[in-house]
Amino acid sequence: MSNPQIEIQLIAAVVAIACAIPGVFLVLRKMALISDAISHSILPGIVLGFFITQDLNSPLLIILAAITGIITVVLVEWIQKTGLVKEDTAIGLVFPALFSIGVILIAKNANDVHLDVDAVLLGELAFAPFDRLMMSGIDLGPKSLWVMGVILVITMMLLLLFFKELKVSTFDVGLSSALGFSPAILHYGLMSISSVTVVGAFEAVGAILVVALMIAPAATSYLLTSDLKKMLMLSVLFGVFSAISGYWLAHWLDASIAGSISTMLGLVFLMVYLFAPNKGLIAVMYRHKQQRIEVSLLTFLLHLNNHNEEEERHINHLQEHINWQKIRAKTVVDLAEKNNLISINNQVVSLTEKGNNFTSIALEYIITNKDEKIEHLKDDFFLFRG
Amino acid sequence: MRNKIAIQVDDLTVAYNYKPVLWDIDLVVPEAVLMAIVGPNGAGKSTLIKAILGIIDPIAGSVSIYGKPYDKQRQLVAYVPQKGSVDWDFPTTALDVVMMGTYGSLGWIKRPGKKEKKASLEALEKVGMLAFKNRQISQLSGGQQQRVFLARALVQNASIYFMDEPFQGVDATTEIAIINILKELRKAGKTVVVVHHDLQTVPEYFDWVTFLNVKKIATGPVKEIFNDDNLTKTYGINYKVAVNK
Ligand SMILES: Nc1ncnc2c1ncn2[C@@H]1O[C@H](COP(=O)(O)OP(=O)(O)OP(=O)(O)O)[C@@H](O)[C@H]1O
Ligand SMILES: [Mg+2]
Repeated sequence: MSNPQIEIQLIAAVVAIACAIPGVFLVLRKMALISDAISHSILPGIVLGFFITQDLNSPLLIILAAITGIITVVLVEWIQKTGLVKEDTAIGLVFPALFSIGVILIAKNANDVHLDVDAVLLGELAFAPFDRLMMSGIDLGPKSLWVMGVILVITMMLLLLFFKELKVSTFDVGLSSALGFSPAILHYGLMSISSVTVVGAFEAVGAILVVALMIAPAATSYLLTSDLKKMLMLSVLFGVFSAISGYWLAHWLDASIAGSISTMLGLVFLMVYLFAPNKGLIAVMYRHKQQRIEVSLLTFLLHLNNHNEEEERHINHLQEHINWQKIRAKTVVDLAEKNNLISINNQVVSLTEKGNNFTSIALEYIITNKDEKIEHLKDDFFLFRG
Repeated sequence: MRNKIAIQVDDLTVAYNYKPVLWDIDLVVPEAVLMAIVGPNGAGKSTLIKAILGIIDPIAGSVSIYGKPYDKQRQLVAYVPQKGSVDWDFPTTALDVVMMGTYGSLGWIKRPGKKEKKASLEALEKVGMLAFKNRQISQLSGGQQQRVFLARALVQNASIYFMDEPFQGVDATTEIAIINILKELRKAGKTVVVVHHDLQTVPEYFDWVTFLNVKKIATGPVKEIFNDDNLTKTYGINYKVAVNK
């Protein structure tokens, strides 16, 4: 690997982490769209900053852009509060308006300078290593790595300090405010850091990838865990993995790096969506199938429980009587036997002691619907997991 | 003089989008009562609680908790919101939710530790939910969720408890378990305010009641004011409740 190659991957990884963290909270607050809005509506802030400083590298650009980002959020909320339109509509109204102000500003005034919409919106990772941070003649590394590094450190610090506050205000606004953790302060804090991250990141990776890096890892990890800390860690992991593997995908296909990283983010989401252990599509289908079999099993056991007469428990009779096809009947009988719930003597089926026990507990659960009784059965049987 | 005054509300008016939903409410709740707030849907019961807790800003009036504004007395107050006001799909477990009750006494930045965890486990035990401590909250039944939120309030170790419809969607056993815990709280000198819809059980569960419908209709001891007259004024229809005494 050459130096620029390492640097590109490093930048991509740092951007991925810095985006994943606020992304988790945006997704949980059902505000995924707002990152998209911010990434576009900051254009006038950048243009304004450029007019003032005549320098595309000035930190003032980031500050002004971040302020425009927050103005976006405020405007969206303000329009929403009128009660005339929903949030998505409000977002759709605000960001094209701000974006077009930026475009008009550029068109009217910046004809002679190097500033066009493409340059602002479509950052290109491949070029990031060429923009170096120099200090009294010494090369300190790519500028975007420094910018994003600082943003990441700030994000991490804020997360460590205010994790519990962010958690409670995202989960239960009422409690948060009753406990004295002002939801408004936390909300605007989160919006500010999201804006700053978007602004810092899109110069390096482009606006579209920023949005993807914020939303996709969070949406993916949401399918995998019911623990906020783990969700954050998984998001970071997915973000970094997609960033690095996306880079090599681009290298291999000779394609756009940003496009390849987005593709990887999409692929990772798809894989998890299909294969996640609990909420994944395949797991859900498997569970439904198992539940169907278990219901049959229970029906079967209850039948045995209800009938002492041998002829009612004869294996052939069972097939006719319960009216199942051969395969289903066989699956059920096998399952019962495998779990030592029944014993078969001379083609006559009887409940074992374990079977008796199981049946009465299950029966009690069905009647009383009391969960405590079957806690220990949940590991073995899907049926009771709800 | 009976007891100390726990909650005092003066001339409280609250509006959503300039439409008042609570008009000029005066309310005095003495310490160590178990009080029901009753009134029809949309009467402003939840809004009253939210305004007392500073979750919504009133357009007029003031609230005091043991003589001081709520801001200064947060530690004394616990709150169980009406169901459906939280995000049930949030990645969090029953124990974690209860732990949130300890955040208030911790203040900003400080993290919960062993002590908070122990208190939370005890609270879960008390409401009979210890077995479910690691369950994701969306995988609990409605009554179990309600118990978890009760545990969260208990762990706040407050002097005043506000509960918005804690009996919504719970079975008879759970309802009795909850009311027993509330009665215990009252015995320990705590004040408990409950939004309640089942008028039949008011005399049995509560010793204090407030009738509310945009305006305050009446407030006082159940024995004195829980009658057809006040019910009719509150609910509009001619009320002949089965409060056969
Ligand atoms: N966020 C809001 N924005 C606008 N109006 C609201 C809002 N919340 C409540 N309202 C209105 O305020 C009034 C009082 O609502 P509140 O929730 O306090 O009623 P409630 O007595 O708790 O009713 P319920 O028994 O149905 O819980 C209702 O007319 C309701 O439509
Ligand atoms: Mg209500």
